[in-house]
Amino acid sequence: MTMTTSHITAKLELYRVQVALREFERRAHDLFLENLVKGTSHLGLGQEAVAAGVAAAMRPTDWTFATYRGHNHTLARGVPMTPVLAELMGRSNGLMAGKGGSMHLTSVEHGMMGSYAIIGAHLVIACGAAWSAQYRGTDQVAVCFFGDGTTNIGAFHEALNFAAIWKLPVVFVCENNLYMEYTRTSDITAVEHPAADRARAYGLEPIIVDGNDVDAVFEVASTAIDRARAGEGPSMIEAKTYRHGGHSRADPGKYRPDEEVKAWLARDPIPMYHSRLLAEGASEEQLVAIHHAVMAEVDLATEEAKAGTPPGPELLMKDVWADGGSQWRN
Amino acid sequence: MAQLTFREAIAHGLAQEMRRDPSVVMIGEDIGAAGGVFKGTVGLFEEFGPVRVRDTPISEQAILGAAMGAAMTGLRPVAEVMFSDFFAVCWDIVANEIAKSRYMTNGQVSFPLVIRSGNGGGLRFGAQHSQSVENWAMMVPGLKVVVPSNARDVIGLMAAAIRDPDPVIFLEAKALYPTKSEIPEGEILDTLGTATVPRSGADATLVALGAMVPRALAAAEELAEQGIDCTVVDVRSLVPLDTQTILREVSATGRMFTVEENPRLCGWGAELSSIVTEEAFYDLDGPIVRITTPHIPLPAADALEDLAIPSVERIVETVVKSMNS
Ligand SMILES: Cc1ncc(C[n+]2csc(CCOP(=O)(O)OP(=O)(O)O)c2C)c(N)n1
Ligand SMILES: [Mg+2]
Repeated sequence: MTMTTSHITAKLELYRVQVALREFERRAHDLFLENLVKGTSHLGLGQEAVAAGVAAAMRPTDWTFATYRGHNHTLARGVPMTPVLAELMGRSNGLMAGKGGSMHLTSVEHGMMGSYAIIGAHLVIACGAAWSAQYRGTDQVAVCFFGDGTTNIGAFHEALNFAAIWKLPVVFVCENNLYMEYTRTSDITAVEHPAADRARAYGLEPIIVDGNDVDAVFEVASTAIDRARAGEGPSMIEAKTYRHGGHSRADPGKYRPDEEVKAWLARDPIPMYHSRLLAEGASEEQLVAIHHAVMAEVDLATEEAKAGTPPGPELLMKDVWADGGSQWRN
Repeated sequence: MAQLTFREAIAHGLAQEMRRDPSVVMIGEDIGAAGGVFKGTVGLFEEFGPVRVRDTPISEQAILGAAMGAAMTGLRPVAEVMFSDFFAVCWDIVANEIAKSRYMTNGQVSFPLVIRSGNGGGLRFGAQHSQSVENWAMMVPGLKVVVPSNARDVIGLMAAAIRDPDPVIFLEAKALYPTKSEIPEGEILDTLGTATVPRSGADATLVALGAMVPRALAAAEELAEQGIDCTVVDVRSLVPLDTQTILREVSATGRMFTVEENPRLCGWGAELSSIVTEEAFYDLDGPIVRITTPHIPLPAADALEDLAIPSVERIVETVVKSMNS
């Protein structure tokens, strides 16, 4: 199959974004081992196609709401690597000057409206942004990413009903990686497809997509986002995917059967897309060049982040209130 | 000058702000055509319509989450939580999301929103519909907490809360809904973080909040007959806190009594006691005394509820005993 130039350009960009997310997180992991990245962190290695595919379907004015597993979603909205890595390292040149950390990446200027670490909360918050767009008559769409485990908390159900009754321009994207933390979601969930089966109960079409196929993700996300923008209401997408590592830094992921891990590694979204692009007429040199460019970006970000100073004490008491301060008494 | 009840003042204050700012929108359960369970929003649905005065399902997390998401993208929502006891089912949104997100994002987002809620006892509703939760809200960095004690202040403080760029928990003492006060003509706008001094005296200072303010004032009248002349401070706003007025009024009399509806432990009066002890210790002529609801869930029966919440009699007795000892 041959592709038009714009078509191949778009696909190479989807490839580049996935590779960038992958290499960024691998570097973040290495920096952990060097104890330069502190605290905890939840990697999305293996889940890059969801972030890349959905972000490509969004406009710059649309909003992303993500979880603590949010590095991918932040970078996919065009946030540069340096401030993200510096945030993970607790530096003053971090995205939030070190005040939020890995679990709370936010860049409002990129439409990245926050990474939320209490399960379920951001589904209802995304509804609020969508309500605001609807009320103000803009055509912005809120996109909200969350995991399979999140479908069992109350806020998930409140959000779906709320979005449905108000016909809100919000797209929910469940990244079904089969596990909550250390427990298989299917062992503790009443239905087979934790998001899609519940969507039906709120009058939404159940949409299930191969979350390791970036083209397929882009396709369903575009349809859902267009629908929302046109005032046709919310959608729920369940993307089947897999995290290559454990839940967080502390977790080696030993509770997963070897066979299962092997099967999913064989479906790694990046090599799969690599092969597809070659089959569709891209050259190996093009793909290698993309990889090199990404590595240069990651190396530069690493150097820049490392060069960042620790945040100064003047930040400690700053920005509790909109006046920039934290005063609670006179 | 007209007289309005506290509950009418809620709708009056909301309408004042909704007329001047189209980004002010309201959501909550039964707030629309029904006018609110406590009738605090009567007439607003008729004047502003269903798009600005919006009924919601029984989904407190969604109500407050929606308010948060809307506030961070350009609206000034006023959300209602019917009874403040229900904060317990949506406290994540209040205490973890709304309160912390500005700080965590290094100031990238703001939350100009108000959460109104019926607070406190006196209506014989029992333990799950009567608690005074101002101390829950006060202890969370990132929340402002306002508790008016009369209809006039409802309007002025509501206006200030809605115009404030930060999240404000606006607690309406349910026991005060039928009380009336004189309302001046025209716009009323107060400043958050300002206590008032509705009564001045020479002997002791009663520091009270919300529904305890009229009780402290009534107690002060009785105490005056017994020769104890009291100042009454209406705190009005726990965060920001007008410590200057409180310190000044306590230093002037040398005695401080707090009158608190919240259960004893970690009530707002404990924080005030600590501040006064640190900063005005040498002006004190006797111990600081806290008059609070005991550390119990509130009982339903009127005979028991009246024993639990500080009454005029208990305030008088406590002050007399302490002043004479
Ligand atoms: C309310 C709440 N309960 C529990 C946790 C602890 N926790 C953090 S992540 C997680 C698993 C979530 O699983 P899932 O929704 O599938 O997302 P994934 O981590 O797989 O991306 C849990 C239980 C939390 N952060 N918030
Ligand atoms: Mg999961």
